[in-house]
Amino acid sequence: MLKTFTIGGIHPSENKLTGHEHIVNLPVPDAVTIPLSMHLGVPAKAVVEKGETIRTGQLIAKGNGFVSSHIHSSVSGKVLKIDKAIDASGYKHDSIFIQVEGDEWDETIDRSDELNHRCSLSQKDIIQKINAAGIVGMGGATFPSHVKLSLPRGKKARFLIINGVECEPFLTSDHALMLEKGEELMVGISILGKALNAEKTLVGIENNKPDAIENLKKIAGKYKNISIHALKVKYPQGGEKQLIQALIHREVPSGGLPVDVGTVVFNVGTAYAVYEAVQKNKPLFERIVTVTGKSLKKPSNFRVRIGTAVNELIEAAGGMPQDTGKIINGGPMMGKALSSTFVPVTKGTSGILILNDREARRKAVEPCIRCAKCVSVCPMGMEPYLLMALSEKQMFERLESDRVMDCIECGSCSYICPANRPLLDYIRLGKSSVGKIIRTRKK
Amino acid sequence: MSMVILYTIISLSGLGTTAAIVLYFVAQKFKVKEDPRIDDVEGALPGANCGGCGFPGCRNFAEACVKSDDFEGLYCPVGGNDTMSAVAAILGRDAVEQDPRVAVLRCNGSCDARPRTNNYDGTATCAIASALYGGDTDCQYGCLGFGDCVEVCNFNALAMDFTSGLPVVNDINCTACGACVKACPKDLFELRKRAKKDRKIYVACRNEDKGGIAKKSCSVACIGCSKCFNVCPFEAITMNNNLAFIDADKCKLCRKCVLECPTNSIIEIGFPPRKEKVESTEKSNENEESKDTNSGEIIKNKEE
Repeated sequence: MLKTFTIGGIHPSENKLTGHEHIVNLPVPDAVTIPLSMHLGVPAKAVVEKGETIRTGQLIAKGNGFVSSHIHSSVSGKVLKIDKAIDASGYKHDSIFIQVEGDEWDETIDRSDELNHRCSLSQKDIIQKINAAGIVGMGGATFPSHVKLSLPRGKKARFLIINGVECEPFLTSDHALMLEKGEELMVGISILGKALNAEKTLVGIENNKPDAIENLKKIAGKYKNISIHALKVKYPQGGEKQLIQALIHREVPSGGLPVDVGTVVFNVGTAYAVYEAVQKNKPLFERIVTVTGKSLKKPSNFRVRIGTAVNELIEAAGGMPQDTGKIINGGPMMGKALSSTFVPVTKGTSGILILNDREARRKAVEPCIRCAKCVSVCPMGMEPYLLMALSEKQMFERLESDRVMDCIECGSCSYICPANRPLLDYIRLGKSSVGKIIRTRKK
Repeated sequence: MSMVILYTIISLSGLGTTAAIVLYFVAQKFKVKEDPRIDDVEGALPGANCGGCGFPGCRNFAEACVKSDDFEGLYCPVGGNDTMSAVAAILGRDAVEQDPRVAVLRCNGSCDARPRTNNYDGTATCAIASALYGGDTDCQYGCLGFGDCVEVCNFNALAMDFTSGLPVVNDINCTACGACVKACPKDLFELRKRAKKDRKIYVACRNEDKGGIAKKSCSVACIGCSKCFNVCPFEAITMNNNLAFIDADKCKLCRKCVLECPTNSIIEIGFPPRKEKVESTEKSNENEESKDTNSGEIIKNKEE
């Protein structure tokens, strides 16, 4: 029997339209807008000025503090201005606008396709290089990777878990990467293992990607300590806590981190970025983005420069369909609808999903019928209907004692609810209010 | 038969009397001593339990009043100075006076002024919409129009105007309890000092974008041009982040800034029509007409 996590979970239709599409390099756009906060933590500080000429891969914003990340230019050209621009959050934030002129890369970057196996750097140097390349978690949470790699004193990561689950319907950027860049990916994984001094490395892949599993298994044979595991298809298996439970049967304590159970989890996209950073000296300035949707003419996996506007991706995938209802940044379960197509692709953009009118329509909200379906699917073992009611009534103390902060916002409850109740909307609201209360209490 | 009834009556009354005596002594022993003034103070309070004072209810506020030596930080905005002087009389202290205040909405981005650029079909509350994105117009600072403020108002002082899509404050009912200030995720409500005849002049905008961008997203946005700042004889206007703000304590309601504002983002309410001589130039004439209809509309809405 295939491994999976034990509590809750759902199985939405997979809709992986682009699973076997090759990764296509999107042409360099005419202009890019690079937001200064593409990562979790403090926004970066711009180190370039208006009118400055810059090269591809040049540092343009410095991480501001420990939990922050450097940002590099994804194109070569001139800095137009540093101003506020709307990003995927739906709000305006400081961004660097660059007018593209040619595509001149920084000389330090190795642009050859040659596979570079050997890595003789020390643990500290690897982390240093990952920090310098501005690598963040590519699965969507965008947590700075160097912070994750710098373990707290006294903690040890026995297991390194690599997340190739990609449980979100529609998205295939990780799948494409595992098929086409398997060798590079494995080098990246072994570098991460070295940086953590991990005893065992486990790669978890859902069973709906048999070709990726086979490909990686073949390559993993050459490496010691790396094992590939096929997992039962179940959402939200790509959640850190769920994946740890599925692979090594350990439960991350409430309010704790994976390192509390001796693990660190990285996405396959992050491992590939680590390979490029450490072996090729290439900072994180492009990523693979799935552009998909049932009405779209050419759903594809693109390699995109960070800062490219979303509408250019949609153009390249055959143009905006007539019956577009919603454009979603991310997958259908956890993604967020965009209010404009002029927002830039960031380090955390794993996909752009175009839903048609019919798919996007919300159904009328009806009263809760106490069927407890939300309770049975919640992967964190919570009671979403109760949390929603508490949040609606603003009973924040009770919300906190009912561990609302453990919610991973996977949306399984809203998906399963037969009364179409916006459970997650309210729980997220409660979470942010409780978070604020906890922060003020700490001060 | 009659004996049974007799025994029953005697035994039950005996039991009752014993219990009464025991309870009397227990009550004496465990009596909670409470300042009788708390009840008096609570009686003098409005009893709305609105939380405007910062306490969960009127009784908690009364307890705090009795406990404190002076009324520092204690004020019932609903009852106002009358209530506070009554409370002070009960406690035998000097009353603290505060200027009466009223809530104003610092956004005038009606449906006509702010073109909608996207549709929101999620849960219709301001708190959730604002957690998701800036709003269905290009202005990320303006009113979302789902009426979280109307929902929390205990005094029937707020109502949605469905033609403009904005809430309207009823000055007569508003007690400045501050519930709407807390409820608005965009922080659009401000409690301003009440002037004579409920006259008001304020900048009805919170857009901190640069002028051009602000104007593009909303035709009545403050563009931060500083014209009002320069014309104000009382230094009541401050400029911050491309946004003007009129300090109600310093403002003498001279209305000079209203004429100066190129986008009509400064609103005047409750004034009589301007005299002829002010309308010497065509431009100010236009300005004034639009202002008049504006304030007229708001007054009409209130009457409704």
